[in-house]
Amino acid sequence: MRTIRIGAAQGFYGDSILPAVASVQRGNLDYLCFDCLAELTLAILQKDRKKDSSKGYTRDITSSMPALLPYMKEKGFKLLTNAGGTNPLGAQQEVLRMIQELGITGLKVAVVTGDDILPRLPEFREKGISLSHMEDGRSIDDVLPRISFANAYLGAWPIVEALRQGADIVITGRTTDSAQFLAPLIFEFGWKKDEWDALAQGILMGHLMECSGQVTGGNFSGDWQSVEEMDRLGFPIAEVEQSGSFVITKAEGTGGLVSIETVKEQMLYEIHNPAAYMTPDVVLDMTQVVLEESGRHRVRVRGAKGKPSPDTLKVVMGYPNGYVGQAMVGYSWPNALEKAKAADRIVRKQLERLGWQYEEVQTEFLGYNSLHGPLSTLPEENLNEVYLRMAVRTPQKEAAAKFPRLFPPLALSGPPTMSGIGGMTAPRELFGMWSCLVPREVVESRVEVSLVEVE
Amino acid sequence: MGNVQLREVAFARSGDKGNTVNIGLFAARPEWYEVFVREVTPERVKDHFRGLVEGEVECYLMPNIHAMNFVLRGALAGGGSTSIRMDNLGKCFGSNLLRMEIEADEA
Repeated sequence: MRTIRIGAAQGFYGDSILPAVASVQRGNLDYLCFDCLAELTLAILQKDRKKDSSKGYTRDITSSMPALLPYMKEKGFKLLTNAGGTNPLGAQQEVLRMIQELGITGLKVAVVTGDDILPRLPEFREKGISLSHMEDGRSIDDVLPRISFANAYLGAWPIVEALRQGADIVITGRTTDSAQFLAPLIFEFGWKKDEWDALAQGILMGHLMECSGQVTGGNFSGDWQSVEEMDRLGFPIAEVEQSGSFVITKAEGTGGLVSIETVKEQMLYEIHNPAAYMTPDVVLDMTQVVLEESGRHRVRVRGAKGKPSPDTLKVVMGYPNGYVGQAMVGYSWPNALEKAKAADRIVRKQLERLGWQYEEVQTEFLGYNSLHGPLSTLPEENLNEVYLRMAVRTPQKEAAAKFPRLFPPLALSGPPTMSGIGGMTAPRELFGMWSCLVPREVVESRVEVSLVEVE
Repeated sequence: MGNVQLREVAFARSGDKGNTVNIGLFAARPEWYEVFVREVTPERVKDHFRGLVEGEVECYLMPNIHAMNFVLRGALAGGGSTSIRMDNLGKCFGSNLLRMEIEADEA
């Protein structure tokens, strides 16, 4: 039976490229698909583009693509990525430049545009599209002037169009993560727009693959100690059949674990209603999905059901929302926690005396409660060491920058054994996120696919 | 067998979307699933996360994989890109849920 082999590359901007290279070398791939854009990533990329209008894509393509491009013809796979970020055309230019530099010919590089709706927001408002927050219905009026990026989540069909035009590489901006993985199946198997169950299987496959190592034993909360060779954890490979039924596996000679448990954990990752996972291509119902072990590091997945796709697309926007200033210092045994707590009280008193006002002052004790907060139980023993981390929120960058300066004097004038002053970081900008729904036709009518061949 | 802590009989993974966190809670053995459904109610989860989660907690059942999915609103002090917490992306909410103790007489 004919199967299409899809490999997952990076699961976020900054992920390692080496597991993708291993999949390319030993995985017999037909497609290699990336998901580089977490919710927040566009906020970072937008800043890059503001400084340099040719940037705004994920900068690591400059190091990752040369590791993969030389294999494309020899191994015969196609490469799909949303690395375009806020500037897919800029990313295309960069990829073309690298292809030429490597002396490779005959590759076609396509770009999908139209997800960036920032310039169109006034037009949308005139059309009566509310842009109200999709979770609580708040009006956008207060934050609209501060919005710095706004992108609609496109589905798989523009990528399919690029493949139909003969693309070897497809670069997009914002799409659903799973669209990058579904598109090749639609193209190869000729699935129709209303083959809902097949499309649902494709989306489920993409959802399982989009966080790379998280389905192959990474961040696994089950028996994680039994996961072998995390130092070279393999990224997932899906073998998909015409019906949509697929197997999740990984390349020979890689570390990690593919089991029913690792697949389950990723199935519910960042999902709300598992009976109605909304995407532009299909609404996925995973409540009847069946998982079966079909060999070592092989799990078969079937039974996803699909319902017709919605009339709206999700949009995520962001706006600058103040700054965080932070500092971190350590204290040693004995009574490390008591010392750190005393330092917190001292800093808070000094803030009061200085009249420095912040919207929020957050105190956390690393080694005790920085990750579980108020649910943390008191340590049973006298801890060897505790780090005090304090963070403040403020609209002013300078107010965030001056906060850490309160900490070095504590070394000589505070509780004993302060050391490890390492967390005096520069102020970091915070972003507010805004999600809403817009009618899909106003976005999709402007989506374009363009293609360049390197001769 | 009396009270048991979820960490002994379950595994869990959490993640974020905006200011919402979801936690997938998985029964380590199928027979625990029904016990979880009875014991790990959305009300109890909301109570468990008092001080961290401001909004409502919903629960979806996944009997096909012996799992429950909890959706916690107002969980991240504004959301990952706005929160000044160390765990601004809610990665540790799953392990935090595993602290919960449940009654498990018949399992």
